Amino acid sequence: MADAILRAEGISKWFGGVAALQDVDFEIAPGEHAALVGDNGAGKSTLVKVLTGAERPDGGRIWFDGQERHFHSPLDARRAGIETVYQTLALADHLDVVANLFLGREKYRVRLGPFSVLNRSAMRAEARKMLESTGVHIPDLRSSVMGMSGGQRQGVAIARAAGMGSQVIVLDEPTAALGVQETARVEEIIRGLKRRGVTMLMVSHNLRQVFDLVDTIWVLRHGQMVGRRDTSEVSPEEIVSMITGADRVTGLEFT
Amino acid sequence: MTRQTAVPDAAAAPAPGPASAGDERLARTRLLNQLVVRPELGSVLGAVLVFVLFSVVTDRFLTPSGVATWLDDSATLGIMAVAVSLLMIGGEFDLSAGVMTASTSLVTAIFATQLGWNTWAALAASLVFALLVGFLNGWLVMRTGLPSFIITLASFLMLQGLNLGVTRLMTGTVQVSGMRSAAGYASSGFVFASTMDIGGTTIQVSILWWLLVTAVASWVLMRTPFGNWIFAVGGSSASARAVGVPVTRTKILLFMTTATAAWLVGSINILRFTTAQANQGIGLELQFIVAAVVGGCLLTGGFGSAVGAAVGALIFGMARQGIVFARWESDWFQLFLGAMLLAAVLVNNAFRRRAERVRR
Repeated sequence: MADAILRAEGISKWFGGVAALQDVDFEIAPGEHAALVGDNGAGKSTLVKVLTGAERPDGGRIWFDGQERHFHSPLDARRAGIETVYQTLALADHLDVVANLFLGREKYRVRLGPFSVLNRSAMRAEARKMLESTGVHIPDLRSSVMGMSGGQRQGVAIARAAGMGSQVIVLDEPTAALGVQETARVEEIIRGLKRRGVTMLMVSHNLRQVFDLVDTIWVLRHGQMVGRRDTSEVSPEEIVSMITGADRVTGLEFT
Repeated sequence: MTRQTAVPDAAAAPAPGPASAGDERLARTRLLNQLVVRPELGSVLGAVLVFVLFSVVTDRFLTPSGVATWLDDSATLGIMAVAVSLLMIGGEFDLSAGVMTASTSLVTAIFATQLGWNTWAALAASLVFALLVGFLNGWLVMRTGLPSFIITLASFLMLQGLNLGVTRLMTGTVQVSGMRSAAGYASSGFVFASTMDIGGTTIQVSILWWLLVTAVASWVLMRTPFGNWIFAVGGSSASARAVGVPVTRTKILLFMTTATAAWLVGSINILRFTTAQANQGIGLELQFIVAAVVGGCLLTGGFGSAVGAAVGALIFGMARQGIVFARWESDWFQLFLGAMLLAAVLVNNAFRRRAERVRR
C-alpha cells in the first residue's frame, strides 16, 4: 500500500540465538487506528521498539512518511513524528503538568543553550489547549504529576504525544495499570484521537478494548506476524485462536 | 507545584468558579498548601529555631560582628551545598567535592608559587583542572552505569592521594605557602577574598559569592529548561531519556558544576589564607550532603531546592559559631549536627507526605 504512513517490511530481530521477530511486515495508513496483539513473548514490544527507534532491527526496512528511515534512537523517531507512550508512562513525577508536557522541547523566551529562559506563560496556554483538545481534564496545571491518578497521568502522557504535531502515536498497553473507570476515560481519549484523525498504534492484551477502539488488528505469534484482520470482519474467537495457534490443534497449545 | 514561586503564578492562574464567600478560605488553604510543598520549609523552620536559641543563650550571636562571623562560616559551605543540591536533585552524589576544594587550592598555589605563574593564570589552570575532574566523574558515572557514590568515592581517594603526593613532590612538605608574593595576588584577592566594611563590621566577600551562587542556582532550577531536566533526570532518568531530555549531558554538567563550585571555594580559601594544606577538605563532602538534605533534597533525587541547601548551610554556620559563642565544648557540635539532620529529615518527610496528599 503506497499510502501507508508507517510501513515495515521483513523486520527481523535476534536476541542472542533467539529470534524475537522473523520477517515481520506491518503497515498503518494515515488516520488509522491499529492494534498489535499476541501472547507474552510474541514479539509485540520488540516490534514497537523497532518501529519507534528503541531497538535497531537486524533485518528489514522501515518507511515513514514516504521515505525509508533508519531510526537510531527514540528521539530520532520522535523528531520524525512518531510519538510513543510507554507502559511506564515516561512522566517526571516531581515536575508539574506543564513542565511534563514540554519536557525536552521547552518553549523559550531567550535561547541560551541549556540556560535559556523558559516562556512559562506561553507553555501554560498551549498546555491548556493540548489537554482540552485531547479531552483530558486536569483541574490544576501547576500540580506535580506525582499525586495524580493513573488515568490522569496516562491522559497527560497521551496529550503530550498527541499535541506535538506528531503523525503517529504508539501506545504501549495504555490501560494495563488502570481501574475500570480510568480505563473508560483513557479509551474515550483514544476515541477522541480517532475523531481528530490522529494515527494510532496500540499494544494491548485487552481484546474487548481492541475491538472497541481500532480498525485493524495485527496478530503476532512466536515472533511471526500471523495475520492482519479488519475489526469489522473478524470475531474475537478467531483472534484468540490466531494468538494461541489453537486453530491448528483445537484446544490449548503449550509452548 | 513544588517548583512554583507563588505570587506571579497565582495571579496568572484562572479563577475557577464564581466568586463566593468560600473563595477566601480556599485561597488561604491553597497558600498554606503551597507553603507546605516547598522543599525548603523544614530548613527555614530549623534555621529560625537555631537562630532564636543562640540569640537567647549568647550575647555575641546577634551583634554585627557575631552575625558576620556565622555568615562567613556558612558561606563557603553554602556555595558547595547549593551545587551539591543541584547534583542530588539530579539523582547523583559527589563524594570528591570536599577534597576538591583542597585540590583546587593546591593547584592554584603550586602554579603560582612553584612555577611562578600569575595568580590569574594559576586560577584558570585550576579551573580547567576542576572542570576536567568534574567531567571525568560524570562521564564515568554515565559510561559505566555504576552508582556515583562508588565512582566519586574512587576519585575522592585518588584526589586525596594526589594532593599529598604532588604537594610533597613539589615542596618537600605537605603545604604550599607564599601566595602573597605571587603576581596578580592583589587583584585576584580582591575578587575572591577581600572584605568590606559595613558600619564598622568586617564582611567577607565570600558571603556575596554564596548569595550569588544561591540566586543563580535557584533561578536555573526554577526558570530554565536545564532546571526542568535536572528534576526529570533525578526523578527517573529512563523516563527523562524517553521523552528526549539529554540525560548524559545534564548529569555531566551537574558534576562539572560541583567541581566548579569547589574551584570557587578553593580559590576563596587559597587567596584568603595564602597557604594550602594538602590534607584539607576531607570530610567536608558529608557536610555538603547534610546541608543539602536538611534543605529538603531527597537522597533518591528528583526533589529538593537550592535555597534550602543554602539555608541548611546557614544552620551549620550558626550552630558551629553559636556553640563557640556560648562557650560550650565544641564536642557537642557533632551531636547537634546529627540531631539536626534527623529532625530535618523527619520534618521534610512529614511535609512531603502531606504535600502528596494535598495534590490529589
